[in-house]
Amino acid sequence: MTVLDRPPVRASAPVPRTAARARRPRGAGLTPWLFLAPGMILFLAAIIYPMMQAFQMSLYDWKVLKGLSSEFLGFDNYRRAFDDPIFWRALVNSGVYMAITVPIQVVLGLLVAILLNRKAPARALFRVLFYLPVVTSWVVVSLMFKYLFADNGVINWALRDVTGLTDGNISWLGDRWTAMAAISVLGIWKGVGWSMMIFLAALQGVPRDLEESAAVDGAGALARFRAVTLPAIFPALAFVVVMLVIGGFNVFTSVLVMTDGGPAQQTQVLLTYMYQLAFADGEYGYGAAMAVLLTIAVFIISILQLRAFRGRMGSAT
Amino acid sequence: MSALVTGSRAGTAARWGLLAVGSIVMVLPFLYMLSTSFKEQTFVLTIPPQFIPQPATLQNYRDAWGTQGFPRYFLNSLVVTVLSTAGSLLISSMMAYAFARFRFRGREVLFRVLLIGLMVPTMMLIIPQFLLAKYLGLLDSMAGLVVFYIAGSLSLNTFLLRGFFAEIPAELEQAMEMDGAGPVRRFFQLILPLSRPALATATIFSFLANWDEFAWALTIITTPEKNTLPVAINLFHGQNSTLWGLVFAASVIAIIPVIVIFLAFQRHFVQGLTSGAVKG
Repeated sequence: MTVLDRPPVRASAPVPRTAARARRPRGAGLTPWLFLAPGMILFLAAIIYPMMQAFQMSLYDWKVLKGLSSEFLGFDNYRRAFDDPIFWRALVNSGVYMAITVPIQVVLGLLVAILLNRKAPARALFRVLFYLPVVTSWVVVSLMFKYLFADNGVINWALRDVTGLTDGNISWLGDRWTAMAAISVLGIWKGVGWSMMIFLAALQGVPRDLEESAAVDGAGALARFRAVTLPAIFPALAFVVVMLVIGGFNVFTSVLVMTDGGPAQQTQVLLTYMYQLAFADGEYGYGAAMAVLLTIAVFIISILQLRAFRGRMGSAT
Repeated sequence: MSALVTGSRAGTAARWGLLAVGSIVMVLPFLYMLSTSFKEQTFVLTIPPQFIPQPATLQNYRDAWGTQGFPRYFLNSLVVTVLSTAGSLLISSMMAYAFARFRFRGREVLFRVLLIGLMVPTMMLIIPQFLLAKYLGLLDSMAGLVVFYIAGSLSLNTFLLRGFFAEIPAELEQAMEMDGAGPVRRFFQLILPLSRPALATATIFSFLANWDEFAWALTIITTPEKNTLPVAINLFHGQNSTLWGLVFAASVIAIIPVIVIFLAFQRHFVQGLTSGAVKG
């Protein structure tokens, strides 16, 4: 059982403190700072400063034009969000997108990875084909799916004329829920290859001998999966779920290209609504408040998820 | 080998069947796009759909490349992508060298601060970044794209490279130091040459991310001639929503470099994903 005692793939490597200490007993002086300076200055100016400014802006009715003064509102922008039906609709839409795409991407990605996790001649080819959508630009794939789901498009033709499942054309992008379905299908199609790739890498760390001895003991495929494979890939599973949930909050380009939040704001998601508020309506402060809420939500959810997964991992090992 | 590896013949067939169906679903939208890009306008949305263009025409490509200005957008994308990627790689590897090979006060804290960049999604910063770019006079310029693309990629690239640099044996650097080589020479002549695989991985990921980037370019570029490919394609579609043949001809042009790079450097993808994600 020594193999099981070994911790699974490590989720994070610590800073190689000891190695560096051994290498550089003396203080390094100015040198490291000179190497750090260009990157750190740019990073602080273009990432950290805007982060703080987003919070500051969210407390104001922020005016961009010179001469107009920004009025301090306190938390009014946040209060406004809670009374804004479009904000709630966008939140629900983002949630629906996540609820559909995350579990399906995890399950399909894991399934494909398991199917591919054996030596086979066409393995590399399959891997490339599944990963192709991941590297393709969101704009291009969104246009592809807009075309597939068009009123006279292939999907409607397949449903009506080939299989007879529907009587007439469905106006996929003309209705809130069918549009969210189409957008979710795109999200799954584009994302499966990514989770597959992470799972494939994690599966390399599954102890083969243990799996084989379980098979000799007569454990079925499902039992083997639960007892051997799942504990070994658990950190990867946690990572994939967290990243996909964050990705779900981040859905933007596909919605913008396929529906632009329409018809009549029905398919707004959080980021498209934030974008519209800032860059179409000039509501920079309110948009920033939404960005801050979103950032906080992403942080809380990823911490909760990591904790939940860590708890389960503790009991599994 | 064992029963586990051989499996039953039916099991193998089922496995292959599933994989084949799955990969067909992955590829069909691409093939259908390719097919439509060769169709005449009258045939792009017919019932039943045309899967093989009849008659096939190159007109969409001629139009995209000739009259619609796509060579310009292609060049813009290429210039922005190459400059951002090169700049990010240089700056990130310098930071990674400092973090991996030197001990100094505040190292851990600074590294943590840098990692915040991995957690905050770029879209969350787009409003204040827009105002910052406006203040700095970077709106509607390629420089505005390059500067913010580099800034956005620093966390991930530094993180990836630092891990790799830390693995290089200290003896090599000490030997060079003994011969009187300063840190700059050691960085350029020892660390960078030994880190080619990691640099390749970071280059590919940055290149693709910059090539495909949409939201920031959409936000700051207002002059059509300065558009990058994704924005140009989206804009073109917005103005001519029914010209699918032309839209897809432009899209095919835009994704060819991506597919070429992806196929040529697949190995680095797997390495990058695993070192960046699972192992840490």
